[in-house]
Amino acid sequence: MTEVRRLQPQFPTLERQRDADHFGMLIFLSTEVLIFGGLFVALFVLRAQHSAEYAKSSMEMHYWLGGINTAVLLTSSAIVALMVEAVKSGSARLAKWLLLAAIALGLAFVAIKFTEYALEYRDGVVPLLSPAHLRPGAGTLFMDLYFVATGLHALHVFGGMTLLACLIWPFGRARRDTSAVFAGNAALYWHLVDVIWIFLYPTLYLAR
Amino acid sequence: MKAVRTILVAWIALLALLALTIAASFAPLGPALPFISYAIAIAKTAIVVWIFMELRVRDGMQRIALATGFAWLAILFILLFADELTRAWPR
Amino acid sequence: MTEALSHMNPRVSQEAIPDTAEERRSYLAEGHSLKSWLTTTDHKRIAILYLLSITFFFACGGVAAALIRLDLLTPAPDLMTNDGYNRAFSLHGIIMVWFFLIPSIPTTFGNFLLPLMIGAKDLAFPRLNLASWYIFVFGGLATLATVVLGGVDTGWTFYTPFSSTYSNGAVFMAIVAVFISGFSSILTGINFIVTVHKLRCPGMTWGRLPLFVWSHYATAIIFVLATPVLTITLVLVALERVVGIGIFDPHLGGDPLLFQHLFWFYSHPAVYIMVLPAMGVVSELITNAAHKQIFGYWFVAGSAIAIAVIGFMVWGHHMFVSGQSPYASAIFSFLSIVVAVPSAIKVYNWTATLHKGDIVIDGPLLYALGFIGLFTVGGLTGLMLTMLPIDVHVTDTYFVVAHFHFIMVGGSVSAFFGALHFWWPKITGRLYNDKWARISALLIFFGFVMTFGPQFLLGYEGMPRRYHVYPAVFQPLNVMSSVGASVLAVGYLFPLLYLMWSLRYGKPAGPNPWGATGLEWTTPSPPPKHNFETVPVVDKQAYCYPVGGRGEQSRPRTQQAEAGE
Repeated sequence: MTEVRRLQPQFPTLERQRDADHFGMLIFLSTEVLIFGGLFVALFVLRAQHSAEYAKSSMEMHYWLGGINTAVLLTSSAIVALMVEAVKSGSARLAKWLLLAAIALGLAFVAIKFTEYALEYRDGVVPLLSPAHLRPGAGTLFMDLYFVATGLHALHVFGGMTLLACLIWPFGRARRDTSAVFAGNAALYWHLVDVIWIFLYPTLYLAR
Repeated sequence: MKAVRTILVAWIALLALLALTIAASFAPLGPALPFISYAIAIAKTAIVVWIFMELRVRDGMQRIALATGFAWLAILFILLFADELTRAWPR
Repeated sequence: MTEALSHMNPRVSQEAIPDTAEERRSYLAEGHSLKSWLTTTDHKRIAILYLLSITFFFACGGVAAALIRLDLLTPAPDLMTNDGYNRAFSLHGIIMVWFFLIPSIPTTFGNFLLPLMIGAKDLAFPRLNLASWYIFVFGGLATLATVVLGGVDTGWTFYTPFSSTYSNGAVFMAIVAVFISGFSSILTGINFIVTVHKLRCPGMTWGRLPLFVWSHYATAIIFVLATPVLTITLVLVALERVVGIGIFDPHLGGDPLLFQHLFWFYSHPAVYIMVLPAMGVVSELITNAAHKQIFGYWFVAGSAIAIAVIGFMVWGHHMFVSGQSPYASAIFSFLSIVVAVPSAIKVYNWTATLHKGDIVIDGPLLYALGFIGLFTVGGLTGLMLTMLPIDVHVTDTYFVVAHFHFIMVGGSVSAFFGALHFWWPKITGRLYNDKWARISALLIFFGFVMTFGPQFLLGYEGMPRRYHVYPAVFQPLNVMSSVGASVLAVGYLFPLLYLMWSLRYGKPAGPNPWGATGLEWTTPSPPPKHNFETVPVVDKQAYCYPVGGRGEQSRPRTQQAEAGE
């Protein structure tokens, strides 16, 4: 099989280079945990300081849509994990279909999210844009943080989908790398985006 | 393949935990609800991290690399809430 | 005369010396075009790019400092308006912290030396390294834009709700600048950590790493774990400012203290980013000056990691008077006292290293001694500040200003200059006249003490920080401080002159002009693009100077295994 990865001069072996690539990605994921962590701190402080208001606002969230979205992301993570296995066993074409499926689920996530935003706009609980039924004070703060947190998360979903799409084009060669360096790293990112949502869901939607 | 089976089992477990967390939020758990919710979230995260992110087969440094983010977040939470929760205490 | 002592003789010649053979084969000769510099992935060239950038920002921050000290010559607000003065100290802080001190040693000497010291050909991710520099430059451009847009008046600390709601300055642009620069830090941190783990040459175990590497490893951990929290905090302040989300606004149910917690969670470890690399430099300078093994290697290495870790648990000591719970304040006070211990261990160990060493007093040693003395004063006054009753009295006064300048300027900047002088021959291949280095070191030391010593007294007597109006009784000390600042400025400018001079007139340095032990001294000066022709093999400890000092060696010793040994 043609060599799909080039050994860079600073690394003694391809294996060391692969380890370094994954190690670097995992450190980067820790930084993402801390970025979103700051948002979670803000949410928890809000909940600690205004627990009744927080619970009221949370009960008005569309937890079914959020729940479906959670299932969508969990499934897409499973598919991405299968994709990495496909790359490792040399099935580059199967990997491509799995990537397309994962991206489709990612798009579904975003579509459901925007549907939720539209519903919230209709219900008049969007700060600044449609605040007719926003409760002042902690109620507004809750929705503020909801939009910031889910918005930032959605941005990361787009980032993850971009990485997955890159594995189809223009870095399709990386699907033929059976040590799955790029595929593995893209998958790691996607899984982290999933983990963040795993914590966002109960924090925003289920705090009764 | 074994790996595929493991992934599918993990997926089923995750969906089951999701159902559990939604159900729990309607159960009369009172102040215990957040603890249950986050325990379930941690369990889901553990599955994603251990199986999907393959921490199960990675070497120690790679595991530490990911764990550190969570550990440091814990430091932030613990010391910050040491202030938040005690501000109202009598002096 | 051995090479080790030859540096005492004048090392510049009367005529310009053309490029040596080493220089023609070095990393400097790999392309002379601007494009070759702007698209390089060579860590050594990227270090030079950073060196030029941070020198520029040091000058910018220095101009702001000059304006401040000029205004403070008189008790009246005569040089700048109140708003103007607020902008001066804010820009001084933002530029000096994020665009000079935090990058300074890691991105220049860290980038240049880390691969050389561990026997590697480059960092783990060279393209990411270049990306870090470009991101830093974009952040810098945003800072300049902030100045052009009228500046920012919130202080470098951006406290809410002033920054988020009430300020009329270019807060958003300043936040963008710092936000962007944060990504540069994170990428550099990832690069350093992976490099130290994965690219050490055969025989270079963790226990044989130079302490400079340990310090930069600890610094990289802080880069990676602290900066993201600043990133999200700045996003929240920017959103509050632009959209008014209210998270820090008490009128809307928000909590201003939340900002302070999130901000200082980053900014306290950030000060360890500013000092740990300097401590790594000092370990190198002291062992070389004494030509002696470091006293307590594992204690010095471990203390760097301890500072990095415990440094994350002390941030509340910036908030003792903010309304923070006194119980939390007590916890933070205790932890802050604990974090002083590893720093003290380093100072003891450096001192013990010098004891009975074969000491040669040259420029780098004077800078290192300046660090040790000034850092100790800064550290002790820091311990004073950890005590709640003292802090309540002197917080937000010049006492605090003096404390942190003793550490960051007296400490870190002195170490930066020490590094510049010690590794200049390696980076450029040229020697300079050490007499000027010693004069500059002394000017910097005495200028510094004259500038910031009086500020302890001013603060203790009650002069608030960030004010340019003060009671007339404080004027003599303020005048002394401002005069000291001019001496300090001269001390900082001198090296610019004689080091630039040495590029043409300095004698060729040879691979190891100091007789030092690190792997970087086994390469030609300046090194070739890929550092090592063959991968080094290490079989000795760091600082493997022979017992008995310089007299017993006929050639410089390094860590590298010799052929046939």
